[in-house]
Amino acid sequence: MTDAAAPTKAAPAPPLLRLERVSKTFPNGTMALDALSLAIGQGEFVSLLGPSGCGKSTALRLIAGLIAPTAGDIVWNDAGRAGHRALSFVFQESTLMPWATAFDNVMMPLKLRGMRRTEAAPRVLEALAQVGLPDSAGAYPRELSGGMKMRVSIARALVTEPTLLLMDEPFAALDEITRFRLNQDLLQLYRSRAMTIVFVTHSIYESVFLSSRVVVMAPRPGRVVSAIDVPLAYPRPEALRSDAAYNRLCNHLSEALHTAMAPRDFL
Amino acid sequence: MSRLPALGRILLPAIFMAALLMAWEMLVRLAAIPPYVLPSPTLIGATLINDWPLLSRALVVTLITTLEGLALALVGGVGLALLFARSRTIEWVLYPYAVILQVTPIIAIAPLLLIYTSSETTVLICAWIVAFFPILSNTTTGLRATDRNLLALFTLYGASSWQVLWHLRMRAALPYFLAGLRIGGGLSLIGAVVAEIAAGSAGAGGGLAYRIVEAQYRLNIPRMFAALILLAVAGIAIFAVLSGISHLLLRRWHESALAPPER
Repeated sequence: MTDAAAPTKAAPAPPLLRLERVSKTFPNGTMALDALSLAIGQGEFVSLLGPSGCGKSTALRLIAGLIAPTAGDIVWNDAGRAGHRALSFVFQESTLMPWATAFDNVMMPLKLRGMRRTEAAPRVLEALAQVGLPDSAGAYPRELSGGMKMRVSIARALVTEPTLLLMDEPFAALDEITRFRLNQDLLQLYRSRAMTIVFVTHSIYESVFLSSRVVVMAPRPGRVVSAIDVPLAYPRPEALRSDAAYNRLCNHLSEALHTAMAPRDFL
Repeated sequence: MSRLPALGRILLPAIFMAALLMAWEMLVRLAAIPPYVLPSPTLIGATLINDWPLLSRALVVTLITTLEGLALALVGGVGLALLFARSRTIEWVLYPYAVILQVTPIIAIAPLLLIYTSSETTVLICAWIVAFFPILSNTTTGLRATDRNLLALFTLYGASSWQVLWHLRMRAALPYFLAGLRIGGGLSLIGAVVAEIAAGSAGAGGGLAYRIVEAQYRLNIPRMFAALILLAVAGIAIFAVLSGISHLLLRRWHESALAPPER
């Protein structure tokens, strides 16, 4: 099969899934996505970058199977929609159950699969430790800071050991210091597991710092305008943020974003 | 509003109440108001003690009816709310009847019920009717108020509709339900009393409100006051118990049960 529909050079890794000319029109007539084609490679860290209304969150929800496309196909290369189970989602808000402790929140996906508490406990505690919250298992969400809540949310996503992690602007509501720290920790988790991540953001810097490939999207209707590989080696230290190559890429993306936006928005 | 120190918060209302009772007592004594017009607090207290065997039996009757009515309202209200949460069609068809029952004054329904059923059953039905609506309406709202993203997450993890209901929607609805229960508890007592008064004028019944009607016929005004006090205390007790239950269930996580922020 040719990759003609994909806007990128063929991804170096074997594709995990492909969106083939996927469109989504909502019942109110809004066209969120227009014939979006995109391949996500195994083990890639792909950022979907764009202004609000460019359909990046819609694309993520389509991949998750939370909504169905109006036209087009989503093709999975692993054992089909068993991928449904190996997939986790992190929202912009931590989306925790306020009546449950951090432990019970993280255990929820396992519990829904019928796993018993004693059986699930080691995995839950391990996930909490991995996100840097080994001592907060008994805390209720209201007792945690915004950053800690997001960590619990990430632990809940990791506890099922997903092959694909979908993140919808997870750090957008956090302060910059917390966001930088979570960026670092997320990269560490990404590298320590055989995981593919699709990360939605509107921050150019965040997208370059985290990803191996940045897909730039434009609104009205949502579409891909360009995809740029980030040839920076992992691990990526904090010092990278002042690196010349990093900043060149950021400028490049910023320009791509502007040319994509300009003709429609300023006429 | 400035905050009172802990001791003052108990002491101040108590002192005010004592002063009020004292003024009442003085007024009755100095103006020599006869007890069949306005009994003094001490006389009411004495009546409460002397008539205790009679009044306590009546109190138990009213309390049992109230709690039975509340229990029925709880089962019916939550059951119907669960049905409504599953099907908008059922809600569309049945909700008007719930509203009709709610807006029609119970005092007007009671005499009609007395024609068809015994006075005990009438009292129970009235207690049920008034307690039912706040529980139904609050629980329905609560079941609908579940976080959309959490629902999406449950779908993503393959939760069955029962798991969604039990692990998510019912817990999210708990604060709403408890608020409805608190209102329903007080209303159940009111419903029982209203129906007892209606039944009492028809010449039957054993509850506290019936004793009030009876005392009124006999011009036993101190006993009316004593029974009234018992009703008020019963209402406060029901509210306190339900508030306590609510606090116990919510104190770890819900804003309504948390201490106000320190200034």
